[in-house]
Amino acid sequence: MTSLINALPGALAQGLIWGIMAIGLYITYKVLEISDLTVDGSFCTGGAVCAMMLIGGHNVWVAMLVALLAGMVAGFVTGILHTTLKIPAILSGILTQLGLWSINLAIMGMKANQALNVNNYDMLVSLRYLQDVSKGLRPFWQHPLFSVGLFTVAIIAVLYWFFGTELGCSIRATGANGNMARAQGINTNFNKVLGLMISNGLVALSGALLAQFQSFADINMGRGAIVIGLAAIIIGQVTFGKIFRNFALKLLAVSLGSVIYYVVIQAVISLLDINSNYLKLISAVIVAVFLAVPNIMPNLQKGKKEAGHA
Amino acid sequence: MLKIENIRKVFNPGTVNEKVALNGLNLELNPGDFVTVIGGNGAGKSTMLNSVAGVYGVDSGNIYIDGVDVTHLPEYKRAKFIGRVFQDPMMGTAATMQIEENMALAARRGKPRTLRTGISNKEREFYREQLKILELGLEDRMTAKVGLLSGGQRQALTLLMATLQKPKLLLLDEHTAALDPKTADKVLEATEKIVAANNLTTLMITHNMRDAIEHGNRLIMMYDGRIVVDVSGEEKKNLTVEQLLNLFSQASGSDEVDDKLVLS
Repeated sequence: MTSLINALPGALAQGLIWGIMAIGLYITYKVLEISDLTVDGSFCTGGAVCAMMLIGGHNVWVAMLVALLAGMVAGFVTGILHTTLKIPAILSGILTQLGLWSINLAIMGMKANQALNVNNYDMLVSLRYLQDVSKGLRPFWQHPLFSVGLFTVAIIAVLYWFFGTELGCSIRATGANGNMARAQGINTNFNKVLGLMISNGLVALSGALLAQFQSFADINMGRGAIVIGLAAIIIGQVTFGKIFRNFALKLLAVSLGSVIYYVVIQAVISLLDINSNYLKLISAVIVAVFLAVPNIMPNLQKGKKEAGHA
Repeated sequence: MLKIENIRKVFNPGTVNEKVALNGLNLELNPGDFVTVIGGNGAGKSTMLNSVAGVYGVDSGNIYIDGVDVTHLPEYKRAKFIGRVFQDPMMGTAATMQIEENMALAARRGKPRTLRTGISNKEREFYREQLKILELGLEDRMTAKVGLLSGGQRQALTLLMATLQKPKLLLLDEHTAALDPKTADKVLEATEKIVAANNLTTLMITHNMRDAIEHGNRLIMMYDGRIVVDVSGEEKKNLTVEQLLNLFSQASGSDEVDDKLVLS
């Protein structure tokens, strides 16, 4: 139990960071209704780019901006494969993800990981800051829960504004009904590419934050990201779907869903003392349960349907 | 307003399922024409409409709207000129978006989508007024998701959306076929009202011969990918269903009961 309490702030912060990735995934999965598997690769791209930029002596904000752009490029590639080249969305994502494996290694100088010594760089978030703040060595706003929380709120605010604009509405229409969108003069292919770019940009940004938080970028850091993202979306929907109707609140639910997911995972590990190699299996089971429950329990179905209206 | 020049469209060419859907079709619509289109299954009615709308390209021939050659324009670019209502009530609206959001999307047909607000308060008032035309009470439910509406309400809304931004051409593809008779009548009534108020050039496919006679100023009948009957003015006004069936038999060179059944 003590180990769980000690690990909790870290799990919460990690949940918030992955929550940004999940918000990115929400844009493709829920708004555009595309299952985009690029994220497993673009998450790592974000982490790798951020780490290498920091190592290269760049400012942390510049590093994160470049990570964001790199993620958008990945999304662009998937988008072109899917729209211009007419490859099914899932396959397009898998192809980009596969290719990114090599690219991510290349970004990290053909190494499987790159360490970031927290003493050498001025980072936005770090697990170390968590301890530093509680020891009084750093101001409270450098606490990862605070800084990542603020970051999340800012991202939700921007997305809320964007999806209320003419362009943002046309992206929502593209996902809701492509035929209708085209009949209303909306370039659905362009919108799909744009949506994939925004989504993967956010995913990479999340990867950049995680690399800072854990003080390293690793070629495997994005593995299973899509499952975690889906878990966050579904947990958020099942938990808050009935009370959060507004688009901004739905995005917040995704972020909170990610936090819940990490707390559950942490609890399972801490309380059951399971070998952490079983983590992926546990993740898969948790997500399968959350995906299946609304389908097989009819009284929950209604809540899910309503929440499904993005 | 619309000029279709010798268009040809073959589905599944070179296979056992090869189907010549449009076989050298020619049609010219004058501004303000309200043309009803009838014909049996597989006559090419929907293919003609979809070709004009740009859902798919044609194999040969040209299509002009208001003098502009749109033959090679993608669907979303042609939408600038065209308002459409589909047979399937689910197809013309975005179910997960609000009524007013759907209208705002339609009001921007043919205009660039910018980072300006997707719907302003001023627009809302305008949409409320427009919704009153339908007499369905939708003006009081503007923030309701369209998915909550009935098929008839969705068709009526789609119709209104198609004409919010006055189109050069209105394409109605059996837009009342999926509705119950009473609702179908209401939607047709609304169609008549909106087309007349805006003096819209309209192409309406219907499988109901009486509707085809009662509405519009011109009637065309298709058979085998071509127009076989084209009547307008007084001649059309005085048509009866019986005469129409006879016309069809002559034109198609068959008096098979099957065809009559398909038509009536």
